[in-house]
Amino acid sequence: MTLLAEHFVKPPEWTWYILTYFFLAGLSGGSYALGALLRLSRRPGYQAAARLAFLAAFPLILACPLLLTLDLGQPLRFWHMLFDSANLPALNFKYWSPMSLGVWALSIYAAFAFVSFVEALSSRVRRLLAGGLGAVVAVLGGALGLFVAAYTGVLLSVSNQPVWSDGWPLGGLFLASGLSGAAALLVLAAGYRPQLAEGVRALSEADRYFVAIEAVLVVMFLVTVALAGSLGKLFSGIIPLLWLFVVLGLAVPVVAHTRTRPILPLITSLLVLVGVLALRAAVIFGAQS
Amino acid sequence: MAVKRAGFFTDTSVCIGCKACEVACKEWNGLQGNSPNLLLDSFDNTGQLDAENWRHVKFYERMPDQANLVEQPASTGGGQAFLMMSDVCKHCQHASCMEVCPTNAIVRTEFDTVYIQQDVCNGCRNCISACPYNVIGFNQATGTVHKCTLCYDRLQNDLTPACAKACPTESIKFGDVDTLHQLADARLAALQKQGYSKAQLYGRDDKVYGGLNAFFLLMDEPEVYNLPNRANAVLPSRNNLPGYLGGLATAVVAVIAGLIAFRRRGESEETKA
Ligand code: SF4
Ligand code: SF4
Repeated sequence: MTLLAEHFVKPPEWTWYILTYFFLAGLSGGSYALGALLRLSRRPGYQAAARLAFLAAFPLILACPLLLTLDLGQPLRFWHMLFDSANLPALNFKYWSPMSLGVWALSIYAAFAFVSFVEALSSRVRRLLAGGLGAVVAVLGGALGLFVAAYTGVLLSVSNQPVWSDGWPLGGLFLASGLSGAAALLVLAAGYRPQLAEGVRALSEADRYFVAIEAVLVVMFLVTVALAGSLGKLFSGIIPLLWLFVVLGLAVPVVAHTRTRPILPLITSLLVLVGVLALRAAVIFGAQS
Repeated sequence: MAVKRAGFFTDTSVCIGCKACEVACKEWNGLQGNSPNLLLDSFDNTGQLDAENWRHVKFYERMPDQANLVEQPASTGGGQAFLMMSDVCKHCQHASCMEVCPTNAIVRTEFDTVYIQQDVCNGCRNCISACPYNVIGFNQATGTVHKCTLCYDRLQNDLTPACAKACPTESIKFGDVDTLHQLADARLAALQKQGYSKAQLYGRDDKVYGGLNAFFLLMDEPEVYNLPNRANAVLPSRNNLPGYLGGLATAVVAVIAGLIAFRRRGESEETKA
């Protein structure tokens, strides 16, 4: 007798707070990473867009600790994630538990996001960070941003929950979709301001690449889940509707580009963002349905 | 004398499904239980282990006339027709719950049992998605998670856990794990001699989660009892490496893609200008 569903695990009931957190963490980490790439390109035409990315990354990550805390059964014990409350002042750091690693990464990333946020706001700080120091901040912060966007997927995988633990590509998938969402968000935020036009065109182009990477990872994820025999959960109830939005978010940026007259980039961006949210919702709610 | 490595040997072959263990557990641990749930598909109205149920008698009723389900459809059903199993936290040697807990609320006690410290747990529920045995449950009122403590307070006072004390058929045996292993080996040998060829021990050796302090004698394959078999007894951390490597590979490809996009755009701007 072969039994495909290998584990019999209760859902942790991670719902709206966690969905919103995963969404914002992906967008913030992605924005910062894109900002860092634009900044490090040193192309003058990109610098306004880089600043916009840094201006977005910090407020987006600011909401995250709040959401994570509200999701706890004992919100006032949030600090137990960082400190070993039974052995103070010892720290809690378990690199093999993505939740533990992630809380640390999130905290350190937020500090970098703050520095770059201030850098984008104040020309005095900008002058201070104009040299190598600023580049170092951008590189480290960018790496942390990529990590924050990706680890949320690894966190789901590192469990025994069917679907999540079957799909190891989740980390990469959430990263690709976070980058794609961030590019779309920045295009949306830039609007038609002329000083941002060059950056917007670059970001739109990058988004098409990210979408392609994401599409490959969606397929890989679905295949791994199918091999484990839990695919049904990802297509139960109204979840197929969510996948429809995922597909739209993947297809529209590419289709919009191949037309001779590009469709409104703002609508494209909006659809990409809805797709990013829908992907996380499908994965989170599908597994726990 | 206090036990060194505390455990349960639950011998399902003599379980009569009376649920005395469920009641005794609730009595001692002050668990309210959930509101009655008429599941209507068996004698089981408890449903599952959770914050209010730390022992749960599972019923797998397989009628002898369903010949394909039962090895030898004898009048007795070959000991495989009415399967009852008092389920409980396995107090795994390699505990999935403990592995992921970010607050270190889940610890191994001086009795070698797995214990959730209520004053440390912050209710993140990571352990719930990790436990492969569907054991841990969240309690809204306390904001924390709960499971069998193997009667930690009773152990400290050299008392037998409530369920083992109450079990009328001694299906639940409590003791030092080494002693329980010997008991279990003898019982398995006796059953096999009587012709129960599918009888087997689950969690006796280290093949599932490094060995289970609360291990079982089953009358059929683990899958029949909704237990992961040896091949499927895997820890959450198995996905760390592939997960992060997948993330890293994606990051590298995405950064290169971003650089190419930014360069191409930049160059086409320059040629235009
Ligand atoms: S059975 Fe579940 S709750 Fe009990 S020790 Fe093992 S993993 Fe933890
Ligand atoms: S819910 Fe409590 S015991 Fe479970 S992982 Fe979170 S902090 Fe640890």
